[in-house]
Amino acid sequence: MELNDQNFEQEVLKYTEGPVLVDFYAAWCGPCKMQGPIVEALAEELKSGKSRAFKVNVDSSPETTAKYEIMSIPTLIIFRNGEVKEVLMGLNNANVLKEKLEKYQ
Amino acid sequence: MQKYDVIIIGGACAGLSAALYTARRALKTIVLTRDIGGQAAITTEIENYPGTGSILGPELMNKFKDQAENAGAEIKLTQITSIRKEGDEYIVTDGTDEYQAPALILAFGLTHRVLSVPGEKELTGRGVAYCATCDGPLFKNKIVAVVGGGNSALEAVDYLSDLCQKVYMFVRGDKFRADETEMLEQVQNKANVEIRFNTSITEIVGEKKVEKVKLNDNSELELNGVFVEIGYTTQTDFLQNLVALDERGQIIVDQQGKTLTPGVFAAGDVTNTPFKQAVISAGDGAKAALSASRYVKNLKGLADKPDWNR
Repeated sequence: MELNDQNFEQEVLKYTEGPVLVDFYAAWCGPCKMQGPIVEALAEELKSGKSRAFKVNVDSSPETTAKYEIMSIPTLIIFRNGEVKEVLMGLNNANVLKEKLEKYQ
Repeated sequence: MQKYDVIIIGGACAGLSAALYTARRALKTIVLTRDIGGQAAITTEIENYPGTGSILGPELMNKFKDQAENAGAEIKLTQITSIRKEGDEYIVTDGTDEYQAPALILAFGLTHRVLSVPGEKELTGRGVAYCATCDGPLFKNKIVAVVGGGNSALEAVDYLSDLCQKVYMFVRGDKFRADETEMLEQVQNKANVEIRFNTSITEIVGEKKVEKVKLNDNSELELNGVFVEIGYTTQTDFLQNLVALDERGQIIVDQQGKTLTPGVFAAGDVTNTPFKQAVISAGDGAKAALSASRYVKNLKGLADKPDWNR
Protein backbone atom coordinates (compact mmCIF):
# COMPACT_ATOMS: atom_id res chain seq x y z
CA MET A 1 0.00 0.00 0.00
CA GLU A 2 1.10 3.48 -0.81
CA LEU A 3 1.21 6.25 1.78
CA ASN A 4 1.41 10.02 1.41
CA ASP A 5 2.03 13.12 3.54
CA GLN A 6 -1.58 13.00 4.73
CA ASN A 7 -1.83 9.45 6.06
CA PHE A 8 1.81 8.75 6.97
CA GLU A 9 1.39 9.80 10.59
CA GLN A 10 -1.71 7.72 11.12
CA GLU A 11 -0.44 4.55 9.42
CA VAL A 12 3.20 4.63 10.52
CA LEU A 13 3.86 6.90 13.49
CA LYS A 14 0.66 6.11 15.42
CA TYR A 15 0.78 2.36 14.75
CA THR A 16 1.82 0.59 17.94
CA GLU A 17 1.01 -3.08 17.24
CA GLY A 18 4.37 -3.83 15.63
CA PRO A 19 7.21 -2.51 13.46
CA VAL A 20 6.49 -0.67 10.21
CA LEU A 21 8.75 -0.81 7.17
CA VAL A 22 8.60 2.12 4.74
CA ASP A 23 10.15 1.98 1.27
CA PHE A 24 10.93 5.47 -0.04
CA TYR A 25 11.01 5.29 -3.83
CA ALA A 26 10.54 7.22 -7.07
CA ALA A 27 9.37 6.39 -10.54
CA TRP A 28 12.69 7.54 -12.04
CA CYS A 29 14.83 5.29 -9.84
CA GLY A 30 16.02 2.04 -11.44
CA PRO A 31 16.84 0.04 -8.30
CA CYS A 32 13.46 1.10 -6.82
CA LYS A 33 11.76 -0.85 -9.61
CA MET A 34 13.45 -3.96 -8.23
CA GLN A 35 12.78 -3.11 -4.58
CA GLY A 36 9.10 -2.22 -5.10
CA PRO A 37 7.74 -5.69 -5.89
CA ILE A 38 9.75 -7.16 -2.98
CA VAL A 39 8.12 -4.73 -0.53
CA GLU A 40 4.66 -5.21 -2.07
CA ALA A 41 4.91 -8.99 -1.69
CA LEU A 42 6.18 -8.57 1.85
CA ALA A 43 3.29 -6.23 2.74
CA GLU A 44 0.84 -8.89 1.55
CA GLU A 45 2.61 -11.58 3.57
CA LEU A 46 2.72 -9.46 6.73
CA LYS A 47 -1.02 -8.74 6.70
CA SER A 48 -1.77 -11.75 8.89
CA GLY A 49 0.76 -10.62 11.52
CA LYS A 50 1.45 -7.37 13.31
CA SER A 51 4.27 -5.94 11.18
CA ARG A 52 3.39 -3.63 8.31
CA ALA A 53 5.10 -2.52 5.09
CA PHE A 54 4.33 0.53 2.97
CA LYS A 55 5.72 2.51 0.06
CA VAL A 56 6.17 6.28 -0.08
CA ASN A 57 6.75 8.06 -3.38
CA VAL A 58 9.33 10.80 -2.68
CA ASP A 59 7.96 13.06 -5.41
CA SER A 60 4.35 13.02 -4.24
CA SER A 61 5.20 13.08 -0.51
CA PRO A 62 7.73 15.91 -0.21
CA GLU A 63 7.07 16.66 3.49
CA THR A 64 7.69 13.13 4.70
CA THR A 65 10.70 12.81 2.40
CA ALA A 66 12.19 16.04 3.79
CA LYS A 67 11.40 15.13 7.39
CA TYR A 68 13.37 11.89 7.17
CA GLU A 69 16.08 13.52 5.05
CA ILE A 70 15.92 10.97 2.28
CA MET A 71 18.96 11.61 0.07
CA SER A 72 19.34 8.29 -1.67
CA ILE A 73 16.73 5.86 -2.91
CA PRO A 74 15.64 3.23 -2.35
CA THR A 75 15.88 3.98 1.38
CA LEU A 76 14.00 1.66 3.72
CA ILE A 77 13.19 2.80 7.24
CA ILE A 78 11.90 0.60 10.04
CA PHE A 79 9.71 2.43 12.57
CA ARG A 80 8.52 1.17 15.94
CA ASN A 81 6.06 3.24 17.98
CA GLY A 82 6.80 6.21 15.74
CA GLU A 83 10.55 6.05 16.22
CA VAL A 84 13.14 5.36 13.54
CA LYS A 85 14.83 2.09 14.47
CA GLU A 86 16.81 1.27 11.37
CA VAL A 87 17.68 2.85 8.03
CA LEU A 88 18.66 0.61 5.11
CA MET A 89 19.94 1.99 1.83
CA GLY A 90 20.00 0.25 -1.52
CA LEU A 91 18.36 -2.99 -2.58
CA ASN A 92 17.46 -5.46 0.15
CA ASN A 93 15.92 -8.90 -0.23
CA ALA A 94 12.77 -10.04 1.56
CA ASN A 95 14.60 -12.26 4.06
CA VAL A 96 16.81 -9.42 5.26
CA LEU A 97 13.76 -7.19 5.69
CA LYS A 98 11.83 -9.88 7.56
CA GLU A 99 14.74 -10.52 9.92
CA LYS A 100 15.04 -6.81 10.66
CA LEU A 101 11.31 -6.51 11.32
CA GLU A 102 11.36 -9.49 13.68
CA LYS A 103 13.94 -7.69 15.80
CA TYR A 104 11.37 -5.01 16.60
CA GLN A 105 8.28 -7.15 17.18
CA MET B 1 24.67 -25.59 2.73
CA GLN B 2 22.74 -25.16 -0.49
CA LYS B 3 24.04 -27.14 -3.49
CA TYR B 4 24.01 -25.91 -7.08
CA ASP B 5 25.67 -26.81 -10.38
CA VAL B 6 26.72 -23.23 -11.06
CA ILE B 7 27.01 -20.17 -8.86
CA ILE B 8 27.07 -16.87 -10.71
CA ILE B 9 28.29 -13.82 -8.84
CA GLY B 10 26.89 -10.61 -10.30
CA GLY B 11 23.45 -9.87 -11.72
CA ALA B 12 23.85 -7.60 -14.70
CA CYS B 13 24.45 -8.09 -18.45
CA ALA B 14 27.12 -10.79 -18.10
CA GLY B 15 25.77 -12.61 -15.03
CA LEU B 16 22.13 -12.72 -16.11
CA SER B 17 23.02 -13.85 -19.64
CA ALA B 18 25.20 -16.58 -18.15
CA ALA B 19 22.30 -17.60 -15.87
CA LEU B 20 19.95 -17.82 -18.85
CA TYR B 21 22.36 -20.15 -20.61
CA THR B 22 23.24 -22.44 -17.71
CA ALA B 23 19.58 -22.68 -16.62
CA ARG B 24 18.55 -23.59 -20.17
CA ARG B 25 21.12 -26.38 -20.06
CA ALA B 26 19.31 -27.76 -17.01
CA LEU B 27 22.07 -26.79 -14.62
CA LYS B 28 20.86 -25.78 -11.18
CA THR B 29 21.83 -22.12 -11.18
CA ILE B 30 21.88 -19.37 -8.58
CA VAL B 31 22.84 -15.75 -9.14
CA LEU B 32 24.18 -13.99 -6.06
CA THR B 33 24.20 -10.25 -6.55
CA ARG B 34 23.94 -7.02 -4.62
CA ASP B 35 21.85 -5.37 -7.30
CA ILE B 36 20.09 -6.11 -10.55
CA GLY B 37 21.46 -4.62 -13.73
CA GLY B 38 24.60 -2.95 -12.41
CA GLN B 39 25.81 0.02 -14.43
CA ALA B 40 23.27 -0.61 -17.19
CA ALA B 41 20.41 -0.23 -14.71
CA ILE B 42 21.50 3.28 -13.79
CA THR B 43 21.86 4.30 -17.43
CA THR B 44 18.87 6.30 -18.57
CA GLU B 45 18.71 5.42 -22.22
CA ILE B 46 20.58 2.55 -23.90
CA GLU B 47 20.71 3.04 -27.63
CA ASN B 48 23.29 0.48 -28.70
CA TYR B 49 21.85 -2.79 -27.47
CA PRO B 50 20.88 -4.53 -30.70
CA GLY B 51 17.30 -5.63 -31.21
CA THR B 52 15.66 -3.51 -28.54
CA GLY B 53 15.78 -0.09 -30.19
CA SER B 54 16.27 2.71 -27.71
CA ILE B 55 15.40 1.37 -24.26
CA LEU B 56 15.63 2.54 -20.63
CA GLY B 57 18.46 0.84 -18.74
CA PRO B 58 16.29 -0.50 -15.88
CA GLU B 59 13.72 -1.79 -18.38
CA LEU B 60 16.32 -3.71 -20.36
CA MET B 61 17.84 -5.18 -17.21
CA ASN B 62 14.42 -6.23 -15.92
CA LYS B 63 13.98 -8.17 -19.15
CA PHE B 64 17.36 -9.86 -18.58
CA LYS B 65 16.28 -10.77 -15.05
CA ASP B 66 12.84 -12.09 -16.06
CA GLN B 67 14.29 -14.16 -18.88
CA ALA B 68 16.90 -15.76 -16.62
CA GLU B 69 14.28 -16.50 -13.94
CA ASN B 70 11.81 -17.90 -16.45
CA ALA B 71 14.54 -20.25 -17.67
CA GLY B 72 14.85 -21.56 -14.13
CA ALA B 73 17.67 -19.57 -12.57
CA GLU B 74 17.34 -18.48 -8.96
CA ILE B 75 18.38 -14.92 -8.13
CA LYS B 76 19.30 -13.81 -4.63
CA LEU B 77 20.07 -10.26 -3.58
CA THR B 78 23.01 -10.48 -1.25
CA GLN B 79 26.61 -9.43 -0.81
CA ILE B 80 29.13 -12.25 -0.77
CA THR B 81 31.92 -12.20 1.75
CA SER B 82 34.21 -15.07 0.76
CA ILE B 83 34.90 -17.91 -1.67
CA ARG B 84 36.84 -21.05 -0.80
CA LYS B 85 37.54 -24.41 -2.43
CA GLU B 86 36.91 -27.82 -0.90
CA GLY B 87 37.85 -30.71 -3.22
CA ASP B 88 36.12 -30.14 -6.55
CA GLU B 89 33.59 -27.75 -5.04
CA TYR B 90 33.56 -24.01 -4.46
CA ILE B 91 31.88 -22.64 -1.37
CA VAL B 92 30.56 -19.10 -1.45
CA THR B 93 29.34 -17.36 1.70
CA ASP B 94 27.42 -14.17 2.29
CA GLY B 95 27.85 -14.09 6.04
CA THR B 96 24.55 -15.91 6.68
CA ASP B 97 24.23 -18.70 4.11
CA GLU B 98 26.66 -20.96 2.26
CA TYR B 99 26.31 -22.03 -1.35
CA GLN B 100 28.21 -24.86 -2.99
CA ALA B 101 28.86 -25.66 -6.65
CA PRO B 102 31.58 -27.19 -8.82
CA ALA B 103 31.59 -24.16 -11.12
CA LEU B 104 31.66 -20.42 -10.53
CA ILE B 105 31.06 -17.61 -12.98
CA LEU B 106 32.43 -14.29 -11.78
CA ALA B 107 30.51 -11.45 -13.43
CA PHE B 108 30.21 -8.67 -10.89
CA GLY B 109 31.50 -5.87 -13.06
CA LEU B 110 33.12 -2.70 -11.85
CA THR B 111 32.52 -0.59 -8.77
CA HIS B 112 32.46 3.19 -8.70
CA ARG B 113 35.72 4.71 -7.58
CA VAL B 114 35.68 6.48 -4.22
CA LEU B 115 37.50 9.61 -3.05
CA SER B 116 38.92 7.90 0.05
CA VAL B 117 38.67 11.02 2.21
CA PRO B 118 37.44 11.25 5.81
CA GLY B 119 33.67 11.50 6.07
CA GLU B 120 32.95 9.96 2.68
CA LYS B 121 31.98 6.50 3.85
CA GLU B 122 30.00 7.70 6.86
CA LEU B 123 27.97 10.17 4.80
CA THR B 124 27.29 7.96 1.78
CA GLY B 125 23.55 8.14 1.16
CA ARG B 126 23.44 11.17 3.46
CA GLY B 127 24.65 13.65 0.90
CA VAL B 128 27.50 11.72 -0.66
CA ALA B 129 26.27 10.09 -3.88
CA TYR B 130 27.73 8.27 -6.85
CA CYS B 131 24.95 8.56 -9.41
CA ALA B 132 23.53 11.93 -10.39
CA THR B 133 20.53 10.58 -12.28
CA CYS B 134 19.66 8.23 -9.38
CA ASP B 135 19.83 10.63 -6.45
CA GLY B 136 19.95 14.06 -8.12
CA PRO B 137 16.22 14.83 -7.84
CA LEU B 138 16.51 14.52 -4.04
CA PHE B 139 18.76 17.60 -4.10
CA LYS B 140 16.30 19.99 -5.73
CA ASN B 141 17.21 23.64 -4.96
CA LYS B 142 20.21 22.53 -2.89
CA ILE B 143 23.90 23.31 -3.24
CA VAL B 144 25.98 20.42 -4.51
CA ALA B 145 29.45 19.66 -5.82
CA VAL B 146 30.44 17.24 -8.55
CA VAL B 147 33.92 15.77 -8.30
CA GLY B 148 35.65 14.74 -11.53
CA GLY B 149 36.79 16.06 -14.88
CA GLY B 150 35.61 13.37 -17.27
CA ASN B 151 32.50 12.87 -19.37
CA SER B 152 30.43 11.36 -16.58
CA ALA B 153 31.27 14.28 -14.29
CA LEU B 154 30.29 16.72 -16.99
CA GLU B 155 27.01 14.92 -17.62
CA ALA B 156 26.31 15.01 -13.89
CA VAL B 157 26.93 18.76 -13.74
CA ASP B 158 24.70 19.33 -16.75
CA TYR B 159 21.90 17.26 -15.21
CA LEU B 160 22.17 18.68 -11.69
CA SER B 161 22.39 22.30 -12.84
CA ASP B 162 18.77 22.06 -13.98
CA LEU B 163 17.65 20.94 -10.52
CA CYS B 164 19.98 22.48 -7.99
CA GLN B 165 20.42 26.01 -6.78
CA LYS B 166 24.17 25.86 -7.36
CA VAL B 167 26.59 23.26 -8.71
CA TYR B 168 30.31 23.38 -8.04
CA MET B 169 32.55 21.26 -10.22
CA PHE B 170 35.88 20.25 -8.70
CA VAL B 171 38.48 19.17 -11.24
CA ARG B 172 41.71 17.81 -9.78
CA GLY B 173 43.96 18.83 -12.67
CA ASP B 174 44.17 22.11 -14.55
CA LYS B 175 41.91 21.01 -17.41
CA PHE B 176 38.99 18.75 -18.32
CA ARG B 177 39.46 15.14 -19.35
CA ALA B 178 36.05 15.30 -20.97
CA ASP B 179 35.91 15.17 -24.76
CA GLU B 180 32.28 16.16 -25.23
CA THR B 181 32.99 19.68 -26.41
CA GLU B 182 29.36 20.58 -26.95
CA MET B 183 28.34 19.70 -23.42
CA LEU B 184 31.47 21.34 -22.06
CA GLU B 185 30.43 24.63 -23.58
CA GLN B 186 26.85 24.19 -22.41
CA VAL B 187 27.97 23.57 -18.84
CA GLN B 188 30.47 26.43 -18.79
CA ASN B 189 27.75 28.86 -19.83
CA LYS B 190 25.34 28.00 -17.04
CA ALA B 191 24.87 30.75 -14.47
CA ASN B 192 24.59 28.40 -11.50
CA VAL B 193 27.69 26.34 -12.34
CA GLU B 194 31.08 27.21 -10.89
CA ILE B 195 34.05 25.23 -12.15
CA ARG B 196 37.17 25.07 -9.99
CA PHE B 197 40.34 23.54 -11.39
CA ASN B 198 43.25 22.19 -9.30
CA THR B 199 40.70 21.51 -6.61
CA SER B 200 40.11 18.40 -4.57
CA ILE B 201 38.14 17.56 -1.45
CA THR B 202 40.23 16.63 1.58
CA GLU B 203 37.35 15.98 3.98
CA ILE B 204 33.57 15.77 3.93
CA VAL B 205 32.05 17.14 7.12
CA GLY B 206 28.60 16.63 8.61
CA GLU B 207 26.91 15.25 11.68
CA LYS B 208 23.91 13.44 10.22
CA LYS B 209 24.24 14.68 6.65
CA VAL B 210 26.72 16.54 4.51
CA GLU B 211 27.18 20.11 5.77
CA LYS B 212 30.44 21.23 4.23
CA VAL B 213 33.64 20.12 2.54
CA LYS B 214 37.25 20.99 3.21
CA LEU B 215 39.34 21.65 0.11
CA ASN B 216 43.01 21.25 -0.74
CA ASP B 217 43.64 25.01 -0.41
CA ASN B 218 42.48 24.74 3.22
CA SER B 219 39.24 26.59 2.49
CA GLU B 220 35.81 25.31 3.45
CA LEU B 221 32.61 25.33 1.47
CA GLU B 222 29.09 24.83 2.79
CA LEU B 223 26.95 22.54 0.67
CA ASN B 224 24.34 19.77 0.85
CA GLY B 225 25.61 17.15 -1.51
CA VAL B 226 28.75 15.69 -3.09
CA PHE B 227 28.46 13.68 -6.29
CA VAL B 228 31.55 11.59 -6.91
CA GLU B 229 32.01 10.97 -10.63
CA ILE B 230 35.58 9.77 -10.98
CA GLY B 231 35.05 6.56 -12.88
CA TYR B 232 34.96 2.88 -12.13
CA THR B 233 37.43 0.34 -10.84
CA THR B 234 37.69 -3.39 -10.16
CA GLN B 235 37.02 -4.73 -6.68
CA THR B 236 38.82 -8.04 -6.94
CA ASP B 237 41.37 -7.97 -4.10
CA PHE B 238 39.52 -10.78 -2.34
CA LEU B 239 40.04 -13.02 -5.39
CA GLN B 240 43.85 -12.82 -5.37
CA ASN B 241 44.29 -16.40 -4.17
CA LEU B 242 41.59 -17.77 -6.45
CA VAL B 243 42.19 -16.43 -9.95
CA ALA B 244 44.87 -14.62 -11.93
CA LEU B 245 44.41 -10.87 -12.16
CA ASP B 246 46.09 -8.39 -14.47
CA GLU B 247 47.83 -5.21 -13.32
CA ARG B 248 44.51 -3.36 -13.23
CA GLY B 249 42.91 -6.02 -11.05
CA GLN B 250 40.86 -7.43 -13.91
CA ILE B 251 40.26 -11.20 -14.03
CA ILE B 252 42.28 -12.78 -16.84
CA VAL B 253 40.13 -14.97 -19.09
CA ASP B 254 40.75 -16.81 -22.34
CA GLN B 255 38.51 -16.78 -25.42
CA GLN B 256 36.15 -19.25 -23.77
CA GLY B 257 35.66 -17.27 -20.58
CA LYS B 258 37.87 -19.60 -18.56
CA THR B 259 40.18 -18.27 -15.88
CA LEU B 260 43.44 -20.06 -15.13
CA THR B 261 41.66 -21.84 -12.25
CA PRO B 262 39.68 -24.98 -13.19
CA GLY B 263 35.96 -24.54 -12.56
CA VAL B 264 36.15 -20.76 -12.32
CA PHE B 265 34.85 -18.74 -15.25
CA ALA B 266 34.41 -15.00 -15.64
CA ALA B 267 32.65 -12.58 -17.96
CA GLY B 268 31.91 -8.92 -18.55
CA ASP B 269 33.50 -5.75 -17.23
CA VAL B 270 35.30 -7.50 -14.37
CA THR B 271 37.49 -9.35 -16.89
CA ASN B 272 40.35 -8.15 -19.05
CA THR B 273 38.00 -7.72 -22.02
CA PRO B 274 39.14 -4.54 -23.78
CA PHE B 275 35.60 -3.25 -24.34
CA LYS B 276 33.12 -2.50 -21.56
CA GLN B 277 29.78 -2.66 -23.33
CA ALA B 278 26.42 -4.20 -22.45
CA VAL B 279 26.22 -6.33 -25.59
CA ILE B 280 29.79 -7.57 -25.17
CA SER B 281 29.16 -8.49 -21.54
CA ALA B 282 26.01 -10.36 -22.53
CA GLY B 283 27.92 -12.31 -25.19
CA ASP B 284 30.80 -13.04 -22.84
CA GLY B 285 28.32 -14.22 -20.22
CA ALA B 286 26.85 -16.72 -22.65
CA LYS B 287 30.34 -17.90 -23.58
CA ALA B 288 31.44 -18.40 -19.97
CA ALA B 289 28.15 -20.24 -19.30
CA LEU B 290 28.72 -22.68 -22.16
CA SER B 291 32.26 -23.35 -20.95
CA ALA B 292 31.00 -23.84 -17.39
CA SER B 293 28.29 -26.17 -18.62
CA ARG B 294 30.83 -28.31 -20.45
CA TYR B 295 33.05 -28.39 -17.37
CA VAL B 296 30.24 -29.42 -14.99
CA LYS B 297 28.89 -32.11 -17.30
CA ASN B 298 32.37 -33.56 -17.82
CA LEU B 299 32.81 -33.67 -14.08
CA LYS B 300 29.48 -35.49 -13.68
CA GLY B 301 30.16 -37.78 -16.64
CA LEU B 302 27.19 -36.43 -18.60
CA ALA B 303 27.08 -35.51 -22.26
CA ASP B 304 26.91 -31.76 -22.83
CA LYS B 305 24.05 -31.46 -25.29
CA PRO B 306 24.06 -28.50 -27.62
CA ASP B 307 21.63 -25.68 -26.98
CA TRP B 308 19.73 -26.13 -30.25
CA ASN B 309 18.18 -29.38 -28.99
CA ARG B 310 15.92 -27.33 -26.76
